[in-house]
Amino acid sequence: MSHAHEQAAHGGKHGSLSSYMVGFGLSLVLTLLSFGCVMTGMVPHHLVVPGLMVFCVAQVLVQLGFFLHMGIAPEQRENLMVAVCALVFIAIVVIGSLWVLHNMNAYMMPGMSHG
Amino acid sequence: MNTSVITAGHDVAGHHEHHDDGSKTLLGFWIYLMSDCLIFSGLFATFAVMAHSYAGGPTGKEIFDLKYVLGETMLLLVSSFTFGMAMLNMHAGRRGKVLAWLAITFLFGAAFVGMEIHEFVHLIHEGAGPDRSAFLSAYFTLVGTHGLHVTCGLIWIVVMLDMVRRYGLDGLVRRRLSCLSLFWHFLDVIWICVFTFVYLHGVL
Amino acid sequence: MFGKLSLSSIPFDQPIVMGTLLMVAIGGAALFGGITYFRKWGYLWNEWFTTVDHKKIGVMYVILALVMLLRGFADAIMMRGQQALAAGGAQGYLPPHHFDQIFSAHGTIMIFFMAMPFIVGLMNLVVPLQIGARDVAYPFLNSLSFWLTASGVVLIMLSLFVGEFSTTGWLAYPPLSELQFSPGVGVDYYIWALQLSGLGTTLSGINFIVTILRMRAPGMTLMKMPVFSWTALVTNVLIVAAFPVLTVTLALLGADRYLGMHFFTNDLGGNAMMYVNLIWIWGHPEVYILVLPCFGVFSEIISTFSGKPLFGYKSMVWATVAIGGLSFLVWLHHFFTMGSGANVNAFFGIATMVISIPTGVKVFNWLFTMYRGRVRFTVPVLWTIGFMVTFVIGGMTGVLLAVPGADFVLHNSLFLIAHFHNMIIGGVVFGCLAALNFWFPKATGFKLEERWGKWSFWCWLVGFYVAFVPLYLLGFMGATRRMQHYDNVAWQPYFVVALIGAVIIMAGIGFTVLQIAVSIRNRDSNRDLTGDPWGGRTLEWATSSPAPFYNFAVEPQITELDQFWADKEHKRAYPRHAHYADIHMPRNTGVGVVMGGFATLLGFGLIWHIWWLAILGLVGMVGSFVVRAYDRDVDYYVPGAEVEKIERERLVPLHKLIDQVGAAPAEQKVA
Repeated sequence: MSHAHEQAAHGGKHGSLSSYMVGFGLSLVLTLLSFGCVMTGMVPHHLVVPGLMVFCVAQVLVQLGFFLHMGIAPEQRENLMVAVCALVFIAIVVIGSLWVLHNMNAYMMPGMSHG
Repeated sequence: MNTSVITAGHDVAGHHEHHDDGSKTLLGFWIYLMSDCLIFSGLFATFAVMAHSYAGGPTGKEIFDLKYVLGETMLLLVSSFTFGMAMLNMHAGRRGKVLAWLAITFLFGAAFVGMEIHEFVHLIHEGAGPDRSAFLSAYFTLVGTHGLHVTCGLIWIVVMLDMVRRYGLDGLVRRRLSCLSLFWHFLDVIWICVFTFVYLHGVL
Repeated sequence: MFGKLSLSSIPFDQPIVMGTLLMVAIGGAALFGGITYFRKWGYLWNEWFTTVDHKKIGVMYVILALVMLLRGFADAIMMRGQQALAAGGAQGYLPPHHFDQIFSAHGTIMIFFMAMPFIVGLMNLVVPLQIGARDVAYPFLNSLSFWLTASGVVLIMLSLFVGEFSTTGWLAYPPLSELQFSPGVGVDYYIWALQLSGLGTTLSGINFIVTILRMRAPGMTLMKMPVFSWTALVTNVLIVAAFPVLTVTLALLGADRYLGMHFFTNDLGGNAMMYVNLIWIWGHPEVYILVLPCFGVFSEIISTFSGKPLFGYKSMVWATVAIGGLSFLVWLHHFFTMGSGANVNAFFGIATMVISIPTGVKVFNWLFTMYRGRVRFTVPVLWTIGFMVTFVIGGMTGVLLAVPGADFVLHNSLFLIAHFHNMIIGGVVFGCLAALNFWFPKATGFKLEERWGKWSFWCWLVGFYVAFVPLYLLGFMGATRRMQHYDNVAWQPYFVVALIGAVIIMAGIGFTVLQIAVSIRNRDSNRDLTGDPWGGRTLEWATSSPAPFYNFAVEPQITELDQFWADKEHKRAYPRHAHYADIHMPRNTGVGVVMGGFATLLGFGLIWHIWWLAILGLVGMVGSFVVRAYDRDVDYYVPGAEVEKIERERLVPLHKLIDQVGAAPAEQKVA
């Protein structure tokens, strides 16, 4: 019985050779684009940082989708909810810390910023 | 007075439910990964706050070698793919191929850790160790914590190699391989953020 | 060979410490001797240390918490004594270094090793029973969590006699806690005790989230789940989200101290304010981690003893979720004065005030539950009413402190101390003691004596106000926290009154101990034969007291929120079954306690820089975990015939009893 259960538990979906290939290919391309952005110097300066962010988010999504098999299927809803919840907490920790510390540095140690 | 005697209709169903904890294990492990994500988010936040606290020491631009980092990234990315192959073979029940792909994954992972150790030793020799500035403390701790996770993953792979060899691909081994697969891919996701925010952003 | 450890690490020159050591040694020897004499080691090992039964683990957590309550309170009364004496020219009896250790230990112990174990213990004891499960999702992990907490306790207690404890307050702010200013082992004891117990708590959090999400009885949708389990769910989400941040914060401080890094140092780019920021990102959710389950306790108690369903169940659930979410958006109110500017302060000040809205919803729900109910004034209800009054007062002083402008005046004053003790004693301690009285029969099979419980309650309530109202006043006069000595003799009378209050609280603690002792002695006259001593509403009262190790012989089917109450109303409670299926149960294992032991070695080795011991501890921990992974004989089946025998022994006399009581109203249909 355990095999059937295991499969059901996994959402009945654990990728195929082609989906792994596609995921791998996309990751490879996105990685090279990210590094290329910075290493080649061919990208206009003000586009580098936004470009990095876009490629980073895209690749995280690719890996979550093709390698970690996350999706919106009903049996994965719990995992998705947990992940969204975690994302909110992560955003609070990172953005909150930066906001608080940036203001503190600006008000309390104006001479010492970016030494 | 209650003398109703309930027949055992649903007992069997309840019985089965308690026996199947495969999905419970994966949910719990997923929640663990999310809590690990929060550990990394704390480290990323710290790195972001200290990203310019060079204290007169070297900057990211001076010490990061992007070609080297690209090499590390490729190793990890390929290891993610090879782990995927191991999982496909696990679902197909091919024990020998699972062992082979796991071993290949181990080699790529070990090579990644080796490169990272080499990078760290090199930096410390250059006088850019973690005690030089807050920026370097944050850098070593963030990247080092990721490396430590990969090392734990390597130990786990070794244990799983032995378990697959010993017990075959039974329910328990499959469940653990599924958890390890989540863990391994999750480390890749973290690394994407590391190379973007620490290395690429750091040399700008 | 022994790192920084030598014979001189033991403070022979301090008579207070040595006296305590002597007493602990005598007490410990008596305990060990007694256990050996009565040949109870095997029983302890087989039935308790190696258990994976959530009920027994819960009981061990609560015992641990009660013991640590005594330790933490001893610290408290020593501080009160010192401050009552050390005015003007007098210096009191505690030198500054010792006083600093005492206030640091008091805060650390009360939060991490009293309140947390108590809350986790209650969740262990009650949640699986309330949701109709046979155990938690990962029974072995549960045992490991407990033993990691216990190893944190061992380290904290060791710090009393070997070396010193931290002198840097309960949150160990740098740069004071950096190596440069705290070169001793005190801060290291603090770091490693908290890391170990924090790991245990995180694992517990994961365990309970999965338990609550996946193991509810069939038919129990989330909106049919008892309120205590709801608060437990939200609390565990907060644990899993917040404790990793604590782990990071302490790890970074450790990196500074052990590896010479510069996260929070004064030099080379370190930023101590980042530590304060990070630790409060954990610290504020932490107080809600403690108090939310207590809200759940009060909700269960008030509806049970009012004989009514809880007023506004849905609003209660949403208020709990809202408080949980908001608790992550207010951390900066702990450091308004650190200088983030008006915009940041305004955001966090307003977010803080917003929390009082869902909390107010809860208070009104409790009041409306009592309204037109037939309230039975048992000990748990007394604690609940005491809580409502005290907590509302504390809440109002909290809203006052949430105004950044006012906070600039009151920050770090005794007003703040009075405020948070108002919340934590009034909310958490009262909640824990209410829960102790409420669920004690479920854990042990007999009720606690009412009389000494009432004495305890009144002493705590009166003692609390006598002890802390003077601190509010002193705060307004400008007295700051953590003073070993003060010059203004006009303050002394207030400190003396506060000491009297602490003595009254001590009497309250004494009566609790007496209550437990007397109840154990008279247990035969207080037996709970029905499993439902209070006229309960939720599933935990449907099974026997103490619950059988499998909790429920047959999985309950849920159609109502107050399922057990409805079953009693419709006369279908206590069903007898023609056939009992085999029950699948986890086997006991000693790996948890062994890993806890290795964790203690790891911590001790790290604290004293005994590297071989630390490596031994780490290898031992990982090794025992791997050994456990190879253990394939982790569960067994209880034969249906055995289940039937156990159930029959309970149900046959029970049905006779119910026949005798006949058609009495439901809430009296308890033995």
